[in-house]
Amino acid sequence: MADVALKEPALRRSVFEGLPLASRAAAACALEPLPPATRLSVRGRPGVAEAAAGALGFPLPTDVCRAAEAGGRAALWLGPDEWLVIAPEAEAATLPAALETALAGVPHAVVDISHRNVALAVSGPAAAYVLNHGCPLDLSLSAFPVGMATRTILGKVEVVLWRTGPDSFRLECWRTFAEWVVAFLNEARREFD
Amino acid sequence: MLIIRCPICGDRPELEFRYGGEAHVARPAATEALDDQQVADRLYMRSNPKGLTVERWRHVHGCGRFFNAVRDTVSDFFVTTYKAGEPRPDLDALKKEAVR
Repeated sequence: MADVALKEPALRRSVFEGLPLASRAAAACALEPLPPATRLSVRGRPGVAEAAAGALGFPLPTDVCRAAEAGGRAALWLGPDEWLVIAPEAEAATLPAALETALAGVPHAVVDISHRNVALAVSGPAAAYVLNHGCPLDLSLSAFPVGMATRTILGKVEVVLWRTGPDSFRLECWRTFAEWVVAFLNEARREFD
Repeated sequence: MLIIRCPICGDRPELEFRYGGEAHVARPAATEALDDQQVADRLYMRSNPKGLTVERWRHVHGCGRFFNAVRDTVSDFFVTTYKAGEPRPDLDALKKEAVR
């Protein structure tokens, strides 16, 4: 058998690489890939929310459909016993262990889903309008204020949508759906081209 | 599009929900004592009323929770929703309320 050795370390490719994210419509609605992150699915009964503060620096949000954010980490309420924790990629090894320590004694589950999702920043004055092409939620500021985060749908894809500013959203979708999501949003914002 | 009130998340579009069959179908205590007809009835026979019906729904693309809903099968109107585990509401009282 031929001795095949990798001369270079395998190159890491973003799933967004080569996708048409740049567009003249960007002034109305820009799509920007967000850097890889540590993502953890945290599940457990209410006691988990306070106990997690020991590792995160802040308790998991218990308000319905709200996100809490501090020190580069964020925790999104997805359900009464489910949170999505997003942290810098460098914490991939340390944060799960820290959470396990902080949550010891409270029934819980911490699952690393860093590579399941990818994130896209959708921003611009028409961001909500473009998202509404596939998302049936009321995305007006009164119904979906800054700091609100929820699991919902975009077209045929389940996504997590987090409003990070009046005109900006963080959109988390499954990696394998990224190409479809970009194509869908491009189609939706074509009228601004 | 129908707006369904999730008892946890509030008013949400129907696309986020999945139907979960008739609610309050209790599993009998001594299943080993049932004959085939009783087992088949429990598994497959549903009330299918014309009017108010009590159903399970799941906010699958949201909080992921099952809950119960009272829906009018004629008008498709969701009269009320309540958390799973809560007792079945009085349908006659709801009917009167709906008429008002």
